[in-house]
Amino acid sequence: MSDFRMPSLGADMTHGTLLEWMVKPGDQVKRGDIVAVVDTEKAAIQVEVFESGVVEELLVDAGAKVPVGTVLARIEPLGTPLVPPTPVERPPSPGARVKASPAARVLAQERGVDLGTIHGTGPDGAIVREDIEAAAVPGAVAAPAAPAAEPAPSKISPLARRIADDLHVDVTRIRGSGSGGTITKADVERAAAARERAVEPSAAQPPEAPTPDRHVAMRQAIAAAVSRSKREIPHYYLGARIDMSRALTWLEAANRERPVPDRLLPAALLLKATASALGKFPEFNGFWVDGGFRPGDGVHLGVAVFLRGGGLIAPAIMHADGKTVSELMTALADLVRRARSEGLRGTELTSATFTVTNLGDRGTDTVFGVIYPPQVAILGFGRIAEQPWAEEGMLAARPVVHVSLAADHRASDGHRGSLFLAEIDRLLQRPEDL
Amino acid sequence: MTADDVRRTILNALQTIAPEIDPASIDPSADLRDATDMDSMDFLNLVLAVNKELGVDVPESDYGRLNTLDHMVAYVANRMSATHSEADSA
Repeated sequence: MSDFRMPSLGADMTHGTLLEWMVKPGDQVKRGDIVAVVDTEKAAIQVEVFESGVVEELLVDAGAKVPVGTVLARIEPLGTPLVPPTPVERPPSPGARVKASPAARVLAQERGVDLGTIHGTGPDGAIVREDIEAAAVPGAVAAPAAPAAEPAPSKISPLARRIADDLHVDVTRIRGSGSGGTITKADVERAAAARERAVEPSAAQPPEAPTPDRHVAMRQAIAAAVSRSKREIPHYYLGARIDMSRALTWLEAANRERPVPDRLLPAALLLKATASALGKFPEFNGFWVDGGFRPGDGVHLGVAVFLRGGGLIAPAIMHADGKTVSELMTALADLVRRARSEGLRGTELTSATFTVTNLGDRGTDTVFGVIYPPQVAILGFGRIAEQPWAEEGMLAARPVVHVSLAADHRASDGHRGSLFLAEIDRLLQRPEDL
Repeated sequence: MTADDVRRTILNALQTIAPEIDPASIDPSADLRDATDMDSMDFLNLVLAVNKELGVDVPESDYGRLNTLDHMVAYVANRMSATHSEADSA
């Protein structure tokens, strides 16, 4: 028997609210399955199980807020011969021609969705990403709706549930418009708007009240993490200017050849150079724990994403060093979209071995990051801007980016940090080799 | 499709990207990215939506011509009618 506990989804998390169980007692789960949705102060997160087995008992009810480490469920590990083998992913049968976009196929594989069971809404009935997302909505595993005697467990997306909580909307009274009757964000917002229009004194919950709460909680979570960082981590800072003319020229040429959905942003090149450089400077990639450095088990790049409405979150692009520039661009776009809507996974919040903060083209020239504990370094890219650049006795205007490194002096020194930044510079001068 | 339809489509896409923005509050002659706090990823998503919904592929070199809502509507409507007249004359 093993315990499934409230995970710590970041250094700033002390408690979590169990929003929803995705499994019930008796269900078989395999490592990596999403078993619950947990609300941290920052977001609704899909939490995976780390052991295959059978769910014996759920110990915490949906809606309960519990400390990190609390046992949420007991899981009987698999492995005895009596237990049927874990269902394996069915390979696509060669005869069945299911029309689906490449992105949809990838997503379906990630989410374990069988394309054969989905009704496509794209051109010619092709299955598109949105269809997979609708099918993979966690609520979709819930039992078919029971007759109205007792309020049936509504199918609802995690985002919609959070908004419903924030707005105090009773989800049992909403008819879902999503796939399979799933209640979507739009349904909840419509219900909230309808209630406001009704101006019933009985619906006295002030709709604007919860948002400041969420905002305050987010600020507190960030405050806890950065305070710990500045209290415990002796930061040192290095800065350098990098000539981006070669990288941007390469990017422009590449983008001319690419249709809009495949276009690259400079951020993809910056992330690629960072991930590659970390391979040569492993002392920046990992954690300071128990008085020593523990290297990361891969290069998982945390990317700071600002959230509209306030705050930020830094989920990781897993195994960023093994990805091409195009793959990093796709991963980045996907991560930003999910960070701002719904569907970040627990591992993405806990696995980052290094963080990059990229202010983008509307930011300031320079950003000095605060290390996210227990990581040992953070890289900051300011906006790329045209600046005077002296080279070989000549002065010219070039696109330049300021890169800064904030690193834990317990784990590394300024000399290695300088070499690390120089390596990133070197890589960005040969964008075609990235 | 009229310029108003184009404007509506763009504003719808904008709402998906920046849900907290009231479309009515956008000054059509102000810098759109400043007004809506769009980063380069948001802007790329807007260009992507224009491509998907209206079939106009905006090359990167033309991004500068999409700096305000009015300019964006004019650019897209112009590109759409150009495509139509090409098709007519063919």
